[in-house]
Amino acid sequence: MPPDTKSNPGRRLLFLLPVLAFLGLVGVFTLGLGHDPTALPSAMIDKPAPAFALGPVMADKPGLGRADLGGKPVLVNFFASWCAPCRIEHATLAGLAASGVPLYGIAYKDKPENAQRFLTDLGDPYQKIGLDLDGRTAIDFGVYGVPETYILDRDGRIRFRYAGALTDEVLKTEILPRLAALERP
Amino acid sequence: MIAELGHFSLILALLVAVVQSILPMVGAQRASRPMMDVAAPAALLQFGAVALAFAALTHGYVTSDFSLKNVVENSHSLKPLLYKITGVWGNHEGSMLLWALILTLYGAAVAAFGRNLPPSLKARVLSVHGMIGVGFLAFILFTSNPFLRVLPVPPDGQGLNPILQDPGLAFHPPFLYLGYVGFSMAFSFAVAALIEGRVDPAWARWVRPWTLVAWCALTLGICLGSWWAYYELGWGGWWAWDPVENASFMPWLSGTALLHSAIVVEKRDTLKGWTIFLALVTFSLSLLGTFLVRSGVLSSVHAFAVDPARGAFILALLVIAIGGSLVLFALRAPALRSTGTFAPISRESALILNNLLLATAALTVFLGTLYPLFLDVIGGDKVSVGSPYYNATFVPLMVPLVLVMAAGPMMTWKRADLAGVLMRLRVAFGLALVVAVIMIIVTKGHEAMAPLGIALAAWLLFGTAQELADRIRLFQAPWEVVRNRLVHTTRASWGMSIAHAGLAVTIAGITIASGWQQEAIQTLKPGESITLAGDVYRFDRVEPLPGPNYSAEQATVTLSHDGRAFATVHPSRRTYPLQRMTTTDVAIHTDGFSDRYVVLGDPQPDGGWIFRIYYNPLVPWVWFGALIMVLGGIMSLSDRRLRIGAPVRKPKRAGGELAA
Repeated sequence: MPPDTKSNPGRRLLFLLPVLAFLGLVGVFTLGLGHDPTALPSAMIDKPAPAFALGPVMADKPGLGRADLGGKPVLVNFFASWCAPCRIEHATLAGLAASGVPLYGIAYKDKPENAQRFLTDLGDPYQKIGLDLDGRTAIDFGVYGVPETYILDRDGRIRFRYAGALTDEVLKTEILPRLAALERP
Repeated sequence: MIAELGHFSLILALLVAVVQSILPMVGAQRASRPMMDVAAPAALLQFGAVALAFAALTHGYVTSDFSLKNVVENSHSLKPLLYKITGVWGNHEGSMLLWALILTLYGAAVAAFGRNLPPSLKARVLSVHGMIGVGFLAFILFTSNPFLRVLPVPPDGQGLNPILQDPGLAFHPPFLYLGYVGFSMAFSFAVAALIEGRVDPAWARWVRPWTLVAWCALTLGICLGSWWAYYELGWGGWWAWDPVENASFMPWLSGTALLHSAIVVEKRDTLKGWTIFLALVTFSLSLLGTFLVRSGVLSSVHAFAVDPARGAFILALLVIAIGGSLVLFALRAPALRSTGTFAPISRESALILNNLLLATAALTVFLGTLYPLFLDVIGGDKVSVGSPYYNATFVPLMVPLVLVMAAGPMMTWKRADLAGVLMRLRVAFGLALVVAVIMIIVTKGHEAMAPLGIALAAWLLFGTAQELADRIRLFQAPWEVVRNRLVHTTRASWGMSIAHAGLAVTIAGITIASGWQQEAIQTLKPGESITLAGDVYRFDRVEPLPGPNYSAEQATVTLSHDGRAFATVHPSRRTYPLQRMTTTDVAIHTDGFSDRYVVLGDPQPDGGWIFRIYYNPLVPWVWFGALIMVLGGIMSLSDRRLRIGAPVRKPKRAGGELAA
């Protein structure tokens, strides 16, 4: 190793910069690792659903608002046409709707025409669908990313949140037992 | 039994990697030849051991050995043989094994073909490479072992994800990994050079072929991935700025910068610290890509293994590999001295500008990918970053890059005559202007992006052609002279011209495909038709089409133009009853200039079917251009000076032959 002829401190500092930037990044990653996206804690659990009133997506179906929740346990599913996992979970939702479970949809940051196309292509499992164009309602619900599914009880309170695509396995182990428990008087 | 053999073989590979990372390094430090000479056989043995493990796992998949947990979870006896084989890397454990296989393949290639490397450099390179091997093999064995058995043995496997049964998806990971992991070579060379404290033109000449191989493979991998997304996902697009796409794109950008800056080190013996830095960063971004995909830090469609324990392990690996190399860089790089000096207007400066723009572009993609995470960690809003961000930041960076790209190759080293270069580009400039005016007339002045994009593509294409014409003195000298010059043009120059022209093709494709796409969605009954972009799509009939594990409906659509039928396509939709999943099989008719893209949607109660039809002009050029770029890379790889390596001793074969 030849001796350093240019030990200008400013220049040395410049070469240290990448290390410092990387240390910052590692800090962020360490904090980021803590949260498992499939088991996100929700600050909204057991709280009443936020107030919202969303316009319709489909011409022949009403929109969705806070007033529609309550009376019976329901599922509220946030989806978007641009979201690939939503596409994957769609068949599961269709099966769920066919078995008679009340399912409401909220189209998250989606253009109405895209959401309509998504539903006409893949089938529409929702009883009511609201259009959350600016994502405000999703923020109020605490949505981390689509797809996400919430179980609400008959008082309109959020009882459970599932982040990620629903599968038959998830339905069987996470969703349906909770729903059945809420349906018992 | 065979699985246990694979398991032991993998353990053996880890042990060999440990030896390979320690002995040669100590040997190089003490100038002990016998210790240094351990490196090459160790690298070959490590490759052999990992290859045996990989073969054992493949055997498990091919014979549907459901006593292996990995096979149960990811395979099924009904899968076609091809997808049983590709299923080996269609899951987390297997893909990490493929990663390790490719890593050791590169190490073995250096061991086998690096005969004319100075012994100490070779020992250090292989030692660093062995350390990466230790990290990844330990990761596989301790957190992601594919050879775990399961009792009782289940009757059949669970894994038969219909979306994954596709050739495009099956073959893009190996190419992506060849690219990602290939940059490990540049990394090992960079770390070894920092330890040696010497970077010279010979070093750059050894590094360049490895970087080129990796770059070609990565380009091909990204190209295949985007093509798969285009025809399989059925949404008519081909790039979504998804975190995982970005994870492969960032090393591509910095790898492209590295390719160019290594030329400066080789030809002009300057820009050393920066080139080393790029080599470290490029592989770091590849590692980061792995981390982002595997750890669940960012969730995405591709993230098929979300496991914080693995994430923590990979994070530790990142800290050691990236942190360690950057610390080494901070300690050693300031002492690297350059001999070459150059003026602000010179080819060196043009390449520096290229590097700055590419590095900034990589940084924009990096920030866009990680911004949601940053914001989340400091407790801000949850956001997602989409294409509007990239259109506003990434695209403007590409404009000056392309402008300089046409002029750069015409500049001379040390000091260039800018006025002269611009004079030589006047024809290209004129043609680009004409193209822009035509585009403005065609779009009636309603659009800015299309004329700009096409003019840039024309500028780059004609500028590249002009440079080539000047080099061989086409139309300027008698034919004998031209022919002579043509024959003596180096393959590296050809490679550069071809690759730059390829980018021009891709830019044209991207511009037109993103601005001029047309779509129609309509319910059709048999016999009815839709007109889109002058073509008539007539829906003839729909028929059931039974499959092995799905039921399908296949439609027949006849395409005609001006009353003349020119194609019949068969879009279909498959229902997999077991998985309760419906997939659409897009039908695409392409003539090389545009795609007609037909998707069959849901049946309607009135007997009609929903059809979604896209007219995608020039979209095939996006991938044609990428393939041309790869061709340019391969051409450059076959250049004599890379095959010969250092200007001493006997010729060696190009590393690329082995990896390609």
